[in-house]
Amino acid sequence: MLKSSLGLIALSSLLLSGTAFAQEKIKVGVTATLEGTYTVLGEDGMRGHQTALNVLGKKIGDKELEFIVASTDATPDSAVRAVRKLIEQDKVQILLSPLSGDEGIAVKNFAKTHPELTFVNAASGAQETTYVDPAPNFFRYNMDGAQWQVGLGKYAYETKGYRKIATVGEDYSFIYTQVFGLVLEFCGAGGQVTNRQWVPLGTKDFASVIAALPDDVDAIYLGLGGADAVNFLNQYQQAGGKAHLMGGSIMIDQTILSSKGSAKNALIGTIAASGQADTWEDPGWQKFVKAYQDSFPESKRFPSPSLLATNYYGSTMALILALRQVNGDLSNNQAKLKDALAKIEIDAPNGKIKLDANRQAIGTNFVTEVVDDGKGALFSKVVKVIPNVNQTLGYDPAVFAKIGLPSRTVPECKKY
Amino acid sequence: MSLLQSTQFRPDPSANATRRALIRAWPEFQNPAAWLVALILVIMPLIANGFFLIEIFATTLILGVIALSLMFLAGYGGMVSLMQLTIAGFAGYMVAVFGMSGNANISLGWPWWLATPMALALATLFGTLGGALAVRTEGIYTIMITLAIGAAFYYFTNQNWAIFNGHTGINTVATPHFWGVDWRSDIAFYYVTLGVAAICYFAVQYVSRAPFGLALQGVRDNPRRMAALGFNPNAHRIAAYAFAAFIAALGGVLQVWNYRQISPGSVSVGACIDVLIIAVVGGITRPIGPFIGALIFVLLRTFALDVLIKFGLDGNRFRLLIGLGFLAIVFWSSDGVIGLWERWRRRSTTATQRSGGGRHG
Repeated sequence: MLKSSLGLIALSSLLLSGTAFAQEKIKVGVTATLEGTYTVLGEDGMRGHQTALNVLGKKIGDKELEFIVASTDATPDSAVRAVRKLIEQDKVQILLSPLSGDEGIAVKNFAKTHPELTFVNAASGAQETTYVDPAPNFFRYNMDGAQWQVGLGKYAYETKGYRKIATVGEDYSFIYTQVFGLVLEFCGAGGQVTNRQWVPLGTKDFASVIAALPDDVDAIYLGLGGADAVNFLNQYQQAGGKAHLMGGSIMIDQTILSSKGSAKNALIGTIAASGQADTWEDPGWQKFVKAYQDSFPESKRFPSPSLLATNYYGSTMALILALRQVNGDLSNNQAKLKDALAKIEIDAPNGKIKLDANRQAIGTNFVTEVVDDGKGALFSKVVKVIPNVNQTLGYDPAVFAKIGLPSRTVPECKKY
Repeated sequence: MSLLQSTQFRPDPSANATRRALIRAWPEFQNPAAWLVALILVIMPLIANGFFLIEIFATTLILGVIALSLMFLAGYGGMVSLMQLTIAGFAGYMVAVFGMSGNANISLGWPWWLATPMALALATLFGTLGGALAVRTEGIYTIMITLAIGAAFYYFTNQNWAIFNGHTGINTVATPHFWGVDWRSDIAFYYVTLGVAAICYFAVQYVSRAPFGLALQGVRDNPRRMAALGFNPNAHRIAAYAFAAFIAALGGVLQVWNYRQISPGSVSVGACIDVLIIAVVGGITRPIGPFIGALIFVLLRTFALDVLIKFGLDGNRFRLLIGLGFLAIVFWSSDGVIGLWERWRRRSTTATQRSGGGRHG
């Protein structure tokens, strides 16, 4: 009798908790580039996101997080469409989006039409997103493309002795921002950027680009990513290219360094800068790498997390920690959560991150060099760690504003 | 070839003369199903919430209008134009450039009632010029030249920063706001879209039966004979392009109001081909076809990912599901869904007479 009534109580409590459970879900929409040129980046971003959930768990007090994923293809339209679907169909309350630069600008503008919701940038890195007319409900816990290049220009000029370089980059905002950061520092140190070539995102035939690369330069800077980068390297190798290379943050990244074939070997010795370095010895970073490796079987991940995985991890982590601070309280248009997000300081795997007044990350940057681990796998090795990199790259805000917004021709190659 | 299939209607032989005339003019008024669909569309805001209203039905209507312009050219003129989406995108860009947007350095900031007609006029001109080029060719060459125009426009927008703002595109495009109504709010926008779609639908229906439309169908079937009768086939074709361009431009304006932003992704070659897929899947023998095709397309595009995940499959493969869906429809009916439906109806009415298979063996 006692037993059966106990069972009944247990059963009913289970049912009750079941219903309570169903009401107390916080819905978060996630977008990643699971189509197109940046598919590999999007997939690894989602691995980083999953790793964060494995490490931190989905519980916020007595509530549970529910994640709904939508796919984009790195174009702003696809991002807006995906975000709208998540908000209107799936009724998400918080967005973890998007991955790519122009997507970020579009989603930031879209965020203004939904001031009641909270948008946490997943990985996009165009400067304009948080620098020009920022949305009060858009938070970015990764640095922008220019911040990710800090240190590279000086290292190339002073240590490597490069004096003249040319750049090849994808023709959109994130790469403009990357070249912006590089040119400011390299030209500031006294170097010259003689030629800037821009190719459309999704270019497959680089023959004319490779033919037009100048010979009289010390190095060529590559601001490519995903399938474009692999295509370029293959064709560059076939064309017999032998120049010194420098790489952008998604060029020298596990998404490329782990690609199939031997074309990537052209990258050995390439210097680059990024928000992370694969072989950094910091225990926080090593722990993250271990968690990433443990979360997925070896064939379904990269040997070490890519920058996208790290960014998705960091943004997911910031969101979960902030939600825990406010105990999942989303009342009053999520005011408490937004407040907590703006103030939170996180111990991300790639160093401490806090936000500035525009809700843009101030974090740590790494200058790296590509090395072969002896077994054919390529990694980026730390050369220099630069803490506390802010969006104006250490410039006085007034001076920085005069440089102009990153574009094909901005900044000019001179000392500001 | 199904693209060149004649567009026939079969009046009921038992009807009297006046009724026959009415049926000939507007056959759908005799069809209770058409009235039912119209009623459902009108009361849709009572049934559907914001997501279904805008993301599914308004989007369907917009894509349907753009595909309708292709249906008009292909069905009545025998000209498969892949640049209809390009024309729509051009109109959208013009709305963003002449009107107000977040990119103040590009947009001229005209009010919507000035910017929109300007965009429509320019896009119609663009389509007419493209048509004037394309009418010199036939069949596959028309497809190629219009595809070339579409591709050229895509790469141009991608790399031009002065007008089109490159890959970033133009964000936060202002939408009409007058008479105290925000015309981009869900319900108002749905009715705007429905109204435009209905006007376009009936306009195409009307033109197809007007002397111009009949002459166009004559030009499609036998241009040489039409020329001998004193018609100018090329002039008819160019006029058809102009009419179709105007319809596509209307769709493009609605599109940019819907998303409030436009960027090269909206006018990519893939998107151009999507419009062809919509028209072919729906069926290009009747103006209703593109709308049915658009509904199927939008439903697949929106829910394929969710469906795959629900069945425990890899969600990344959702494009495959979309492709298989289209393949299945085109495989079983080269006339699209319309063809399937017509065949089914014919079979059910003539079941006792043991009629042969469909028109397309």
